[in-house]
Amino acid sequence: MNNPQLNKNGELQHLLTTEGLPAPILRAILDRAASFVSTAEGNEIKKVPLLHGKAVFNIFFENSTRTRTTFEIAAKRLSADVVNLNIGSSSTSKGETLLDTVDNLCAMHADMFVVRHSQSGAAHLIARHVAPEIHVINAGDGRHAHPTQALLDMFTIRHYKKEFHNLRVAIVGDILHSRVARSQIHALSTLGVPEIRVIAPKTLLPTLVEHLGVQVYHDMEEGLRDVDVVMMLRLQNERMQGGLLPSAQEYFKYYGLTQDKLALAKPDAIVMHPGPMNRGVEIDSSVADGSHSVILPQVTFGIAVRMAVMSMLAGAK
Amino acid sequence: MNIQIKNGRLIDPKNGIDGRQDLFIVAGKVASIGNVPAGFVADKVIDASGLVVAPGLIDLAARLREPGYEYRATLESEMDAAVAGGVTSLACPPDTDPSLDEPGLVEMLKHRAKTLNQAHVYPVGALTQGLKGGELTEMAELADAGCVAFSQADAPLTDTRVLLRAMQYAATFDFSVWLRPQDSFLARDGVAHDGEVATRLGLPAIPASAEIIALATMLQLARETGVRLHICRISSEQGVALVRAAKQQGLPLTCDVSANHVHLSERDIGFFDSNCHLTPPLRSLRDRDALRAGLLDGTIDAICSDHTPVDDDAKQLPFAEAESGATGLELLLPLTLKWAGQGALSAALAKVTLQPARILGLDAGHLSVGSAADVCVFDPETYWKIEPPALKSQGKNTPFLGLELQGKVRYTLVDGQVVYQG
Repeated sequence: MNNPQLNKNGELQHLLTTEGLPAPILRAILDRAASFVSTAEGNEIKKVPLLHGKAVFNIFFENSTRTRTTFEIAAKRLSADVVNLNIGSSSTSKGETLLDTVDNLCAMHADMFVVRHSQSGAAHLIARHVAPEIHVINAGDGRHAHPTQALLDMFTIRHYKKEFHNLRVAIVGDILHSRVARSQIHALSTLGVPEIRVIAPKTLLPTLVEHLGVQVYHDMEEGLRDVDVVMMLRLQNERMQGGLLPSAQEYFKYYGLTQDKLALAKPDAIVMHPGPMNRGVEIDSSVADGSHSVILPQVTFGIAVRMAVMSMLAGAK
Repeated sequence: MNIQIKNGRLIDPKNGIDGRQDLFIVAGKVASIGNVPAGFVADKVIDASGLVVAPGLIDLAARLREPGYEYRATLESEMDAAVAGGVTSLACPPDTDPSLDEPGLVEMLKHRAKTLNQAHVYPVGALTQGLKGGELTEMAELADAGCVAFSQADAPLTDTRVLLRAMQYAATFDFSVWLRPQDSFLARDGVAHDGEVATRLGLPAIPASAEIIALATMLQLARETGVRLHICRISSEQGVALVRAAKQQGLPLTCDVSANHVHLSERDIGFFDSNCHLTPPLRSLRDRDALRAGLLDGTIDAICSDHTPVDDDAKQLPFAEAESGATGLELLLPLTLKWAGQGALSAALAKVTLQPARILGLDAGHLSVGSAADVCVFDPETYWKIEPPALKSQGKNTPFLGLELQGKVRYTLVDGQVVYQG
């Protein structure tokens, strides 16, 4: 099975998933992202001309505020021309197929697509379809992957913990529907994290999730014991339907992150969340705003990581 | 017209023939094997040196897309594909638009197919009106019009009372009921096997239990009603085990598998290859191996193509939105040969000739003296590349696209007429 995101020289051609990305490429992305964060002035992001004259199209078939905005800022800091298209939830709402939309944008001389779509595999489909000089970044496809989110999470972990090889990381919540969790798991294991735990009720875990290389916990207190990093996932309200969960209240009681439960983790544990948060559903406000939380730095680092990915795809040194 | 097919390796599973024998055809029927019939003068001699001469293939599931889906394929294109694949008889499922639930539609289809003078077409009638799973169709009338069995195709029949009634009614007339077992609640929104690949790719999943539970229900109701039940497209290890046990208990049960599922597993989906979006879903390697074992021990009687022409527009979509199905008529023979491998060719060919004929209740699928001369002459050695121009079917999508498969049809005869030469 060829890895469709690497070109024949083993360089990054598209960023579609963290699965199968070699560790040197992951590290190179994190290193480059670090070069965009000006440590002297806090977490200021520099403006550079690396993508001057390039057209970046943000095509979002699914709503997003944070991801689309940080991609836009990242592209602008790289001096690219940015076009945002919010196509809505259904690609067929206008009767145009996904690939027809892409063909039209290619005819407008797009150099790079940043794609979000509700269907798993949409970014792969586009990447297979476009000409070789066009690059595709997956900004989230269905339940499959959200690689830039996972990379910014890795950047955040490295920023606070320096190394990966001595960490115990817990991912908590709706693993079944989460593209973020899948991308985090692949990235963490490639970067050498020896113990990755997932914590969720059985209804929110996909079949054979342990084959992804994780340890499964259903008891949150047991799962959080002595972890270095707690990665919370968003729980969508629609999960209360279809027999997945009885109520948000019961979920919070057993799987919500509170100060008491966090106390079981290591004293210097960090708490992460990809946003948008449901306070009082998966995370208590006192934790979200507390001293262990690195949720806002994640957002800032997200800009640097997306700059790193875009500039590497564009071949800039 | 008198035809002599000479110098070939004649394989006829029913009569236990596998050897170099000439086949003599007179007036559309097999006149003799081996010995020249008295007074025989050949109008046409086919030299089958290096080739296999076998009964024409019988396919239990080939969607011809008429009526209703002519933009996908036409009767002409798919009948061409059938004979190019050595298929001389085929059963077509009722999931046309409108579905095959009225005698007039069945008669029209039979008539249209007959005028093309190619493979024999055996329509499978809808079990319920519009395949909606509510009201029964006029099965006896449909049988008079030419339906050989009754089926829901891939449409759900969730109401078990309707299922019971349908089986009772069919059993009254000794009609055969063909069902693909799938619990529609467990399968809801699913597009891939509930296993490690769907988990990795984040695809909505269909658990094997969807098949097993529906199958257990069907088997129980078949026991009670005494209906002749044929299980279509079995896909799971436990499903095979249930069929095996039911057969051992003496239930009058038959079972088929799609040629795709004999070879492929969920892993072939790779990075979202929508050509591998099939119904039922490709399951685990363990399931696939159980299907092969089931074929070998006779639990699974027949291999079918499950031919489903799907146009590119319906495949060039994200995996879950892409339409399921693959073209298959022209791949049935090579995929059966691939399964046979180094094993007995005759036993493998029985799965696409003699056995499907038995399931259909046809006196076909063999080369006995006096039987219709439906013959497939093929080169078992030659490899050919599966690519769109090589396929007559209007459906060009298959998981095997780009691969080379062994086994090329050279001649297809229906009722003693050469209808394909390749």
